Amino acid sequence: MQVHKYDVVIVGAGGAGMRAAIESGQRARTAVLTKLYPTRSHTGAAQGGMCAALANVEEDNWEWHTFDTIKGGDYLVDQDAAEVMAKEAIDAVLDLEKMGLPFNRTPEGRIDQRRFGGHTRDHGKAPVRRACYAADRTGHMILQTLYQNCVKHNVEFYNEYYVLDLLTVEEDAVREDGTPYKQKRVAGVVSYDLASGELHVFQAKSVIFASGGAGKVFKTTSNAHTLTGDGMGIAFRRGIPLEDMEFFQFHPTGLAGLGILLSEAARGEGAILRNSEGERFMERYAPTIKDLAPRDIVARSMANEVREGRGCGPNKDYVLLDLTHLEPAHIDAKLPDITEFARTYLGVEPYTEPVPVFPTAHYAMGGIPTNISAEVLQDNDTVIPGLYAAGEVACVSVHGSNRLGTNSLLDINVFGKRAGIAAAEYAKTADYVELPADPEGYTLNLLDHVRTSDGTEKVAAIRKELQDTMDANMQVFRTADTLNQVLTDIASFEERYQRISVQDKGKRFNLDLLEAVELGFLLELAKVMTVAALHREESRGGHFREDFPERDDEKFMKHSMAYKDEHAPADGSAEAIAGIRLGTKPVVFTRYEPMVRKY
Amino acid sequence: MTAELAEPASKIELPAHIGGGGEIPSFDVTLRVRRYNPEVSEESTWDDFKVTMYGTDRVLDALHKVKWELDGSVSFRRSCAHGVCGSDAMRINGRNRLACKTLLKDLDTSKPITVEPIKGLPVEKDLIVDMEPFFQSFREVMPFLVNRGHEPTKERLQSAEDRERFDDTTKCILCAACTSSCPVFWTDGQYFGPAAIVNAHRFIFDSRDDAGDMRLEILNDKEGVWRCRTTFNCTEACPRGIQITQAIAEVKQAILSRKV
Repeated sequence: MQVHKYDVVIVGAGGAGMRAAIESGQRARTAVLTKLYPTRSHTGAAQGGMCAALANVEEDNWEWHTFDTIKGGDYLVDQDAAEVMAKEAIDAVLDLEKMGLPFNRTPEGRIDQRRFGGHTRDHGKAPVRRACYAADRTGHMILQTLYQNCVKHNVEFYNEYYVLDLLTVEEDAVREDGTPYKQKRVAGVVSYDLASGELHVFQAKSVIFASGGAGKVFKTTSNAHTLTGDGMGIAFRRGIPLEDMEFFQFHPTGLAGLGILLSEAARGEGAILRNSEGERFMERYAPTIKDLAPRDIVARSMANEVREGRGCGPNKDYVLLDLTHLEPAHIDAKLPDITEFARTYLGVEPYTEPVPVFPTAHYAMGGIPTNISAEVLQDNDTVIPGLYAAGEVACVSVHGSNRLGTNSLLDINVFGKRAGIAAAEYAKTADYVELPADPEGYTLNLLDHVRTSDGTEKVAAIRKELQDTMDANMQVFRTADTLNQVLTDIASFEERYQRISVQDKGKRFNLDLLEAVELGFLLELAKVMTVAALHREESRGGHFREDFPERDDEKFMKHSMAYKDEHAPADGSAEAIAGIRLGTKPVVFTRYEPMVRKY
Repeated sequence: MTAELAEPASKIELPAHIGGGGEIPSFDVTLRVRRYNPEVSEESTWDDFKVTMYGTDRVLDALHKVKWELDGSVSFRRSCAHGVCGSDAMRINGRNRLACKTLLKDLDTSKPITVEPIKGLPVEKDLIVDMEPFFQSFREVMPFLVNRGHEPTKERLQSAEDRERFDDTTKCILCAACTSSCPVFWTDGQYFGPAAIVNAHRFIFDSRDDAGDMRLEILNDKEGVWRCRTTFNCTEACPRGIQITQAIAEVKQAILSRKV
C-alpha cells in the first residue's frame, strides 16, 4: 500500500471535478482521481446546452431562470441554491468562453442561445431562448475545454484510480443547545489502481466528491456503463445520508430500445412528438408549451400514450420524434450528432422519417446532501469539515424533484467552481486529520471477498435482473405494489450477491473484479431509491405514484434523507426498512410560494 | 441563430411502414479476440468466442456478451457506448474503429470478426493499451486557448464564420483511432501523430487565440507535421468524420506562409 498526501483530493474528472480542479489546482496542492481518463466522463455525452440569462437574443433575467428552476423541480428545490445557480450561471458561461469553449454565435458574434424545455419568459408565459450551446455537443465541448485548462494549469491526474472508500473519523462534540453528537471529519480516500491492482491511500485535508450518477441501476438508460453510483454508495456506507433518492429523471427522447439520448435541443429547434395516429399529443398534456414541457411531464405523457395503445412499432412500445418538417440544412447545423445517432443505431433518416423514441433513465436528482458552499452534511445541518460534493453525485438541491434540461451542465460549473475554491481555502488553514488505524482494511476485505468468493452466481446476471425489475417497477409510473416487488427482488439479489464469483483472479486491469464491486453499489442505491419512493406517498416531479397521483404539500413538501443503519428494524414501519433509516429535511423557501404546476 | 419555424401540423397521416420494423433478426457470430496478459504469459494468442447476437447489436455488445457470459477475464475499456467518450477504439477486422459504433450487421458475420488492440501503443492486457504516450503528445501542442488581450467583461466576440473555421477539429474525442492507424506513428514513436495535430489545429485557427505561432513552431519540429506522408489512414479511421488529412495540410500550409 502506498500513501500519498495532498491538500485537496478530487474524486472524479467529469465536468464538476475538473471545474473544481481548475480552481483548487491554482490555490492548493491538488490531485484528481478518476476511474476513467479525464475526457471519458459522461459530461461529454450532454448535448443541448447550458442555460444562463445572458439575454443575448431576447429579453431574459436570472430571476426568471430561478423561477423556472423552482417550478420545474415542483417546488422541492432549495430556493437559495436555485438563486445562486441562476445568478452565477452568467459568469459560468462567460468563464467557459474565456477558457476557449467554442459556443455557437449570433450574427453579431455573441454567444447564441436557444429554447429548452421548461425555460420560459416572465414566469411561464412562453418559451425563452436561454440555452447557450455548441451545436449538439455542448457537454463534449465543456469536457474538452475543462480538460484543456487542466493541462494549462498542470493539474495532477491519477487515471484509472477507482476510489472505493472514504476515510472519516468521528469525534465527540456538543451542539449549541448542549446535546452531544458525533462529529465526522474527513481524513482521505482509498483508491484501487486498475493497472496494478494495488491500493493507494490518499490523505487529504479536503476531499471533493464529483463522481457522477448511478443510471446503471436501470436497464434503459442514457448513462455510461461506468455510472454505477460509486461516490453515493461510498458516502452512504460511511454513514452520510443520501437526499431525495426517489427522484430520478427519465429523459423523454432515448432511442427506442437502446436508451441513447437524443437531445431536448431537437424539440428546442422545433421537432415534435407524435403517436401512432400521427397526433402531436403534447398539445393535450401541456397546451401552452407543448413539446417543450419539462421532462417528467413529457416522459409520463409518452408512457401514457403507449399504455393507452397509441404506441408505434411492432410492439406498440414507443412514440415518434418528428423532425421531417425542419429544413435538412437547419438539422445539419444545429443537431448533427443526434441525427447521426438515429442513422447509425436505428438506420432511420431523420430528414424524411420520424425517429422511434421512448423515455430513458437519465439523471439522479438526489445524492449526497450539501449546502450552497458545496459542503457535505452529515445530517440536516451539520457540515463535515473538509468534505465537499458537486454535480450529479450531490444534492444541493437545485433540481428538486425534476431537473430542467441544461441545468446539469450549469450545476457542475457553478457548484464545481464553488467546491474547488472552498476546498482549497479550507485546506490552507486546516490540519490533516490523522488516518484511522488500518486505513485500507475495509477495502482490502471487500476486494478479497469478491476475488475469493467461489459461488455460482454471475455478476452480469444479477445486474441484468436488477435493471429489469427497476425498469418494470421503478420507472415513470410507480405504485406500492411495484415498489414492494423491487424490494423483494433486491433482497434476493443481495443474498445471491454473497455467492458470486469472478473469473479473473489477476492483478492487472481486473475489470471483472471491479464490475462486481460496482454491482454492490448499484444494489445498495437501488434499494435506497425504492425505499424512499415507497415512503413518498404523493406524486411530485419525476416521482409519480399511481396510488397517490396528487402532490401533497402538507405531508411531503420536504426532502427525504436516507441513512444506512444496520439496526433499523425490517418491520415495515415508516421510519425504517431493512437497514435504512429515513428522515426528512425542510425545503428552503425564499420568495416563491408553491403553485399548481401547469404548462 | 435559431430560425423561425412554421408551427407543425397537429396531426399527420403516418405511412403504414413507419416503425413497423418487425422482428429483429438474430445470428451467430464468432469473435476472434487478441489476448495478452503478461501475468500469465509473454505470448499473445487468439481466442475464438461464438455468441448469438441481434441486428441492432454492436461489436461492443458482442464483447460484453463474451465477458459477461463466457470469459470474465477478457479485458477492454468502454464507457458511454455511443461514440462520444472515446474509450473503445480497437482494430476490428484490421481497421481502427470504435466498438460501440460498429454494428455487427455491417461486418461480414459469416467469417470470424477479429478484434485487436490499436497499434503503436504498448499493450497492457488484451485490448487495453497504454494511452500515456498519446496524451503526452496532446499535451505538448499547447492544447488550450491563449489570449493575451484584455479580458472583456462579457464574452469575446467571434463571427459565425470565424467559429466555423475550426469547427471540424473541435469534434475530436481523443480516442486515438487516427494516431494508431498512422504508419509513421507505428515506426516512429516520437511523431506527434494526427490527433495532436488536430488539437493544435483547433486552436491555431481559432480567431480568439494568440499562440498560433508557438504551436506552428512546435509542429515544425522534425517529429512534427512534416513526418505526415498523407496516407489518409487517419481520416478513414476517425469515428467523428474529421477531415484530419486536410487539417494537417492546413497546418503545413500555415507553417510555410506563417499566416493563420
